[in-house]
Amino acid sequence: MALEDANAAGGIGGKRIRVIHYDDQGRSDEAVTAITKLITRDKVVLVIGEVASSRSIAAGAIAQQYKIPMITPASTNAKVTQLGDYIFRVCFIDPFQGKVMAKFTREFLKKTKAAIFRDIRSDYSVGLADFYTQELKATGGEVVIDVAYSTGDVDFKSQLTSIRSKKPEVIFLPGYYTEVGLIARQAKELGITAPLLGGDGWDSEKLTEIGGDAMNGHYFSNHYSQEDKSPTIQAFIERYRSKYNVIPDSMVVLGHDAAVVAIDALRRAKDTSPSSLRDALAATKDVPGVTGLITLNEQRDAVKSAVVMKVTGPKTYGYVTTIAP
Amino acid sequence: MKSLSKNAFLVSVVFILLLAALDSLLGAYLNPYFLRVVVNAGIAAILALSLNLVSGCAGQFSLGHAGFMAVGAYVSVALTSIAFPQTWFSSGLGVGAACLIGGLVAGVAGYFVGLPSARLRGDYLAIVTLGFSEIVRVFFLNLEWFGRARGVSGIPKESTFFWVYLWLAVTFVVLWRLMRSSRGRAILALRDNEIAAEAMGVNVAHYKIVSFVTSSFFAGVAGGLFAHYQGFIDPQSFDFSRSVMFVIMVVLGGMGSLSGSVLGAFVLTILPESLRVFEEYRLILFPLILICLMIVRPQGILGSREIWEWGRKK
Amino acid sequence: MQAFLQNLINGLALGGVYALVALGYTMVYGILQFINFAHSEIFMIGAFAGVLSAYWLGGLVEPGWLSLSLTMLVSMAACALVGILAERLAYRPLRSAPRLNVLITAVGVSLLLQNLAQVLWGSTPRLYPMLVTPVSFHPGPDLVFTNIQLIVIGVSIALLVGLVLLVHRTKLGIAMRAVSFDIEVASLMGIPTNRVIVFTFFLGSALAGCAATLYGISYQKVEPMMGVWIGMKAFVAAVFGGVGSLGGAVLGGFILGLAESFTVYYGSSTFRDAIAFAILILVLLIRPSGLFGSVRKEKV
Repeated sequence: MALEDANAAGGIGGKRIRVIHYDDQGRSDEAVTAITKLITRDKVVLVIGEVASSRSIAAGAIAQQYKIPMITPASTNAKVTQLGDYIFRVCFIDPFQGKVMAKFTREFLKKTKAAIFRDIRSDYSVGLADFYTQELKATGGEVVIDVAYSTGDVDFKSQLTSIRSKKPEVIFLPGYYTEVGLIARQAKELGITAPLLGGDGWDSEKLTEIGGDAMNGHYFSNHYSQEDKSPTIQAFIERYRSKYNVIPDSMVVLGHDAAVVAIDALRRAKDTSPSSLRDALAATKDVPGVTGLITLNEQRDAVKSAVVMKVTGPKTYGYVTTIAP
Repeated sequence: MKSLSKNAFLVSVVFILLLAALDSLLGAYLNPYFLRVVVNAGIAAILALSLNLVSGCAGQFSLGHAGFMAVGAYVSVALTSIAFPQTWFSSGLGVGAACLIGGLVAGVAGYFVGLPSARLRGDYLAIVTLGFSEIVRVFFLNLEWFGRARGVSGIPKESTFFWVYLWLAVTFVVLWRLMRSSRGRAILALRDNEIAAEAMGVNVAHYKIVSFVTSSFFAGVAGGLFAHYQGFIDPQSFDFSRSVMFVIMVVLGGMGSLSGSVLGAFVLTILPESLRVFEEYRLILFPLILICLMIVRPQGILGSREIWEWGRKK
Repeated sequence: MQAFLQNLINGLALGGVYALVALGYTMVYGILQFINFAHSEIFMIGAFAGVLSAYWLGGLVEPGWLSLSLTMLVSMAACALVGILAERLAYRPLRSAPRLNVLITAVGVSLLLQNLAQVLWGSTPRLYPMLVTPVSFHPGPDLVFTNIQLIVIGVSIALLVGLVLLVHRTKLGIAMRAVSFDIEVASLMGIPTNRVIVFTFFLGSALAGCAATLYGISYQKVEPMMGVWIGMKAFVAAVFGGVGSLGGAVLGGFILGLAESFTVYYGSSTFRDAIAFAILILVLLIRPSGLFGSVRKEKV
């Protein structure tokens, strides 16, 4: 949609923007090959991608090597932008996100004892769990048990039984929505009543589909809230919904903002050479995205707040609070 | 005999010079993406060749070839990027040495996989090799030292066209000479009729193990080359579907035909890239090819002949 | 103690699914001496059949015994169809070919079905319909089990009993056993071997369909790759119990389920899949014929 706007408004310096996209099947080696093709064969000037941090790290190395700017919409692992000065992101980073939920646990829910249930196969999950633990302990909390599962697992009863025996007050579950939904169900079946907390990996329409009513009453941090009264957000949601029939989740919104930032940089850049683009991107300040005014800091990360949401029903999340950096 | 080895020496020198020349030419004029495909094909060829030894020639169906590749990759990377980063190991020769060591460790693994193979029949062996490959993958997936799920990145990219194709030539020559020797005949006997071979005095267990060890050594080296070409590895790169891909390459080329495996590897590396436009449909194409091959032409393209024997009946 | 019982129940419920799928492997192996690699994908198709039938029927039927049985029948039919097709088109032409070829073909069929499913239905996981309303029982403060778990365990055992009766008390069963003993002699004795083989595939695949339904109501997640690991573990269970032995397959399935539950609880979840392979390798090294299997001498 961002592209339509830009091209409709006359393009950039009179030229239309063309997008080439490849699917990497969720595999890091495919990501590497795909981005190499984009850069060397298709000669793109800018890459937007990937979503998962591990693949962004893989592909980012190539982008940095060839000095083509890359903007990741949603990779939150700190290492991504550490790859080099050609890599940018429009979302917050995990060190911040972990802190957010820890703060939420202590200050909002006023609980001290937490269980950690991380996805050992996901860098994102492991990182987030570590940051949460760090902040929780620093603010006087206690981790009673730390167990793991793997992406793709369907049976979590054994680990949940372990967790149940330690009687935690909250369970930090920084995974992706598929497993989170199943875990919520099985936790309920096992009689666990402690609230589950998570990160932006929860955000998807499918979360409540998979988790059913077992999902209600749990919390997670996210990039944007559909209930946010800001007119930009509401207008975007309306437009997206009328076009595609679903409510945009944070991946959609972040993708849009990545494109907006890219287009903004394209406009400001001296020419379309990658290095000018890079400099323009680095100077991004207060660009109006759906997730707010976007400014990229020295580490090329976006400076943003996180919102905490509570699952209240099928596909409905209630906004709870905002936590600023 | 002297003139033979003198000849061989001369040929090798000329070959190496040719490769070096080709390497610089391609590096300068060929689009990096195409070069990438060519190098990947070369690496795949080494893997297909080594798999052919154990599956095509010795008749031991292995579904775990990616496991040996993984061992070689991770071991070599451990030396060049994790334990001793930025040392001699990061140079061209150092990487070569690391790949060699990776291959040796993979060979040891091959020994342990070969041991039970002496007692297991086709189907069971397939499952055990698959199991081995999965255990290797899960092993590396769980070690923090090896980066767990995110793998290892920042690997020195010293595998150039030159090194990959040099190793390919070495692999080919070694395997070719092996198969032409009496040892090679013993190995073929394993495939054709194990019980008769045993009755004729062939030490079946010994040759099974020899095939596995040799095969896994080269697979390990290829794994190292792969790692030092990609600059990055993760456990997902060495999963079952990769093992199956090598099987398809060997079957396509012809089980027992060394040049066939190289052919199969090239076809099946280049074809997916050229079909990238079709995205997911290409994933249906490959198993379909395999099934049709097995039903209509199980001997693959070349059967058990080499490419220079085309037309000759065997 | 509570934890032990809890894991016991969880393990048995998990094992029930493995047992049913293992039966399919062991039956086909018993008759044709080959591992039907595609069996795991047949299982997956059964699960999708359940998802799709719920989608088409909409909210016509309420959760309960009727919808469970109906869906199970649909899954069984779908699986049986795929199984029979695979046998006819891919395996039968290779009946006299070297074993290696059939094995490779089976791998091919397996991959084909996986990728076909991915193209047709996408790789995003789907939700299995809620055929049974979950009811939890709390016999102890830290002990819970659900009606679904009971259903899984009960159905597996019931089907096993039915199968054993079929194989040992009916003419068809005798024919099956004869063909598994020596296919050439059986045909010489007038047994229509092709029909028996087709029936075996039919039965084995239908059982996978049952397993898929039970898995669906227990774990809800359906996606094209779901069969891979279930199939692998079920195969290990079949080998452990002794290929060719029905009781062995079921026992193997339950034991594997228990082993998994306990390993994950007392050890680490990352070894959940590895335990299956560890068991396999141990069995093959120590007693390849499994618990109840008979050692076959290869004659020349």
